[in-house]
Amino acid sequence: MTTKTKKTTPVEKKLIGLADIVIQSAERSKDPTFQIPIRALSNVAFNERKGLIEMGGKKQERSFFNVGMAKKFMQTVLVADALSELQRADLTTSLREIYYRTKHTIKNSHENTFDTQDESDPVIEDLEVSLATLREELHVRAENSGSIVGPVVFGDDGDRVDCSKLGKGGYSVPSIVEPEYLEIRRCTADFVLLVEKGTQWNRLSEDKFWRRYNCVLLTGNGQPPRGVRRLARRLHEEHRLPVYVLVDNDPWGYYIYSVIKQGSINLAFESQRMAIPKAKFMGLSSADPERYELPRNVGIKLNEKDIARAKELMNYQWFKKPAWQAEIKRMLTSGLKYELDALANKDFQYLTKKYLPRKLKEKDWLD
Amino acid sequence: MGKKKDSASGPDSKSSVPRANPEPAPKKPAAAKAAERVTAVEMGARQREISVSEFFTKNRHLLGFDNPRKALLTCVKEAVDNALDACEEAGILPDVTVKLEVMSNGEPVAPSQANRFRITVTDNGPGIVRQQIPRIFAKLLYGSKFHRLRMSRGQQGIGISAAGMYGQLTTGKPVKIISRIGPKAAAHFFEVQIDTKKNEPLVHENKQIDWEQPRGTQVTLEVEGKYQKGRASVDEWLEQTSIANPHVKLIYRTPEGETKEYPRTYHELPPQPREIKPHPYGIEFGMLLKMLQDTKSHTLSGFLAGDFCRVSPQLADEICKAAKVSPEDKPRELKGPVAETLYRTLQETKIMAPPTNCISPIGEKAILAGLYKQIKGEFYTAVSRPPSVYRGNPFIIEAGLAYGNRPQDQNRPQQPAMPKAEGEHEEEDSELARVIRYANRVPLLYQQSACSTFKAVLSTGWKNYGLTQSRGALPGGPMVIFVHMASVWVPFTSESKEAIADYDEIQKEITLALRECGRRLGLFVRRRERAASEFRRRNIFELYIEEVVEACNRLKGGTLPKQKLKEQLQKIATSRTGGMKTDEALGKTGAGPEGLPHSIIVTADGVEGETALATQVESDQGLVVPTAEPNLRGDPTPADEPALKEDPTKSSRTTHRPNMRTAQSGQVTLSPGESKAKNRSGGKSPKPAKTVASKKHNRTS
Ligand SMILES: Nc1ncnc2c1ncn2[C@@H]1O[C@H](COP(=O)(O)OP(=O)(O)OP(=O)(O)O)[C@@H](O)[C@H]1O
Ligand SMILES: [Mg+2]
Repeated sequence: MTTKTKKTTPVEKKLIGLADIVIQSAERSKDPTFQIPIRALSNVAFNERKGLIEMGGKKQERSFFNVGMAKKFMQTVLVADALSELQRADLTTSLREIYYRTKHTIKNSHENTFDTQDESDPVIEDLEVSLATLREELHVRAENSGSIVGPVVFGDDGDRVDCSKLGKGGYSVPSIVEPEYLEIRRCTADFVLLVEKGTQWNRLSEDKFWRRYNCVLLTGNGQPPRGVRRLARRLHEEHRLPVYVLVDNDPWGYYIYSVIKQGSINLAFESQRMAIPKAKFMGLSSADPERYELPRNVGIKLNEKDIARAKELMNYQWFKKPAWQAEIKRMLTSGLKYELDALANKDFQYLTKKYLPRKLKEKDWLD
Repeated sequence: MGKKKDSASGPDSKSSVPRANPEPAPKKPAAAKAAERVTAVEMGARQREISVSEFFTKNRHLLGFDNPRKALLTCVKEAVDNALDACEEAGILPDVTVKLEVMSNGEPVAPSQANRFRITVTDNGPGIVRQQIPRIFAKLLYGSKFHRLRMSRGQQGIGISAAGMYGQLTTGKPVKIISRIGPKAAAHFFEVQIDTKKNEPLVHENKQIDWEQPRGTQVTLEVEGKYQKGRASVDEWLEQTSIANPHVKLIYRTPEGETKEYPRTYHELPPQPREIKPHPYGIEFGMLLKMLQDTKSHTLSGFLAGDFCRVSPQLADEICKAAKVSPEDKPRELKGPVAETLYRTLQETKIMAPPTNCISPIGEKAILAGLYKQIKGEFYTAVSRPPSVYRGNPFIIEAGLAYGNRPQDQNRPQQPAMPKAEGEHEEEDSELARVIRYANRVPLLYQQSACSTFKAVLSTGWKNYGLTQSRGALPGGPMVIFVHMASVWVPFTSESKEAIADYDEIQKEITLALRECGRRLGLFVRRRERAASEFRRRNIFELYIEEVVEACNRLKGGTLPKQKLKEQLQKIATSRTGGMKTDEALGKTGAGPEGLPHSIIVTADGVEGETALATQVESDQGLVVPTAEPNLRGDPTPADEPALKEDPTKSSRTTHRPNMRTAQSGQVTLSPGESKAKNRSGGKSPKPAKTVASKKHNRTS
């Protein structure tokens, strides 16, 4: 970490603002109360023009002298304290370390400030939202669970990282990829292919798919973490690369795509910096099994949860486009879901050699 | 002999045993050795009378002398039962002293290692006239209680002489008696033994002596025994006796040389039970035959009307008519099928239930006094059911509860706060309730699971009353459940008188009594939970203010006037919660706990409910050295509980007992202003609580 001058950062100022709320309320004999934007479907709206999920103005109050909220309130102040400590020391940390840093037994009691990390994580998200700061700005990093390979060169802590010379393992995407931390020095790729699963990404990397089709291969191992989403967005924005998403054909895959495209409900306020409204859904589409002649026996029967989730997705405004309604309906009528891995049924290299080339050639994707 | 002669299920069954079951004649199972046939003549030569004493020698287990530990208890029990029976019958509030001494030849032995004890039981009862003393103490089946139907502890006239004989058999020592029937009479000293062949007393010593007591009896037995504390011990039995007999002052000098006093906390004698005649529904056919033989009446109708209760001459005639016998028949001549018809007719005729003044319940107040005195809890209640009848025998069921820990005990383990790791939770207390059972005021310590009372406790749905309970198990929690059956005839499951038999009527009554106790407990528990959540509410803010202030101070770079912020926040907290009437939450708005009759509630701020009674118990306890205060589990713990309030000098006599139960209560939640409503507990008790409360408050704020 680079040591910076001891100047109060804007984020730190916002955090101290919370202490001021407490002090000022106490001064006026008022119940100290924080306003926290609600992070739920009820408080997001789809901005059709921008193609983004945006957070609404609804807020919830978190008051100290309310039995139901007192503990959460106290926890919020504790987390704010820990976050400002990070700012002062200019350190980054993980969600888990914040949990350990703020956990202790309350004096004169058996009670812990936090019992599990499940209690501290949402408080951090609350602060992100109410202070309108990104998690990166709070110096909280997620795990590095993404990989990238392809014709792109980064500058990371002064090191030059050429992602075309890192073998089949590629570069592990850091959780904070803001320009101050990660510089994109050069990029000659034509597009970005964001793959849901690490196994598929490995297949493509091993087959040097990126070299033949001059693209950047990215994966987030499931729901892509912020670092991966943000990096895709930067490549898209700064280098005008189209982004294609390749996921399993199930409701979860659709949702991953939608988060990449228009942002998540939980952290809708970050859509502005994360979402890629022009991202395209490459597959696996519910039309693919027929088109690519996948035998029915490599499908998996939709369970009740899948069906419920699919129906829920159909109700989201951003899935209202007729093509999408047809896509999801097709899945429901077939009663089957398909994994990307199922393509191996035809050939180990079917994905690299047949499926993707044909998709790209036919420009067969959904918007 | 007596009117009641029955199967092995009655209180007099002890005496029925020797006759019903003569010593098994030379046992030769025919099948086993058919070759060695014995002629009737040979057998006849061996057949002879067996004296009860000889019988006892071989069957001592039938009378509770099966092992040395139980034998020691049985001896104490027989002597104490007699003392209490005698006092009550004579209308004297009993003062009883029990002394156990280790006997050893030479080397001193620790009580737990000893195998020989001297038991001395002294009472202030009516005394025994000189001529009767030898037969009472050295002749089995000699007594005053057998030939009548009246509620008492003893029944058979075998108890104390059996104890004496046990001593004689195991140590060879005679029974020593001192008795005096009044201040003007002389005190007589006797040493007697029993001639086991003849079942007759042998007097070794008989003289007049000086005795400090103006009246009463003292019995000294030397027996083989084993002294061990805990379940079914002498200590437990005396403690439980004291709970059910709060009108008794009991002093117990333990083999260790300690003195435990169980003060009298209820100052009225139980009402004298009346004698009654048997009720026709309560007899068996064999007994009817015997009564027909023994009666003094010359006519059948005279017999029916005269020897049974609730049979009028008119009803007697009707019964005769229905049984197709002449009312003028001689009872002695009624035999065989005719007698059987009469028996059946008696059972089928509608006859009024027997009078119930022959039983004297302990009473709700006295049960409360006993429980409150002996058990540290938060909530006490007692229920006496109205009299009921099973098989023609009137009985009364009483139940009581002592629940919870005293406020000062509740907070004790909280002191060392162990940080809890992830996934760790506050230990759930897995303690189960304890049942204490009584028949005619005598504690039953053995065979719990065979007892009707215990079964009724298990089948009661305690979950309805806010307790935990696993299927078919005792309810969980710190609780003592008290069940008493009072009857002229307690149906025991065996001759050892340890468990009450399962009659539907009895089960039903016990269940009803327990349910009522449970209902009240439920009210209390709910109310306490309400109060506790109010407490938690205040507490939460207290605790979190600390955290919030510290965090704010760090956020502000350590420059915050912390104390000021803390006080400001505390003020807001008080104004937010102070409005809630804690008193109301605690239900302290009326003169007593609403909907909770015959109950005592101990809170951190005083006593509610039967406060006068509680105060009385406390002042009685204050007058003595209270050393015996077992906790709810029943293990004798060092007493650390309250004695007195008026006279602080007395506390020097009490080793480590702090003040009033209210004053000690430690974690007081209320501010001084709020505790004023509690000053109803009568007497001085609440005052210390108030001062403690305000002190505490000052300290924390
Ligand atoms: N301490 C005593 N004071 C006065 N009378 C006594 C005392 N102890 C015993 N008696 C008299 O002696 C009698 C015989 O006592 P004993 O214990 O042998 O039999 P019980 O009490 O009648 O019946 P049980 O065999 O059930 O104890 C009693 O019925 C009572 O009249
Ligand atoms: Mg007796």
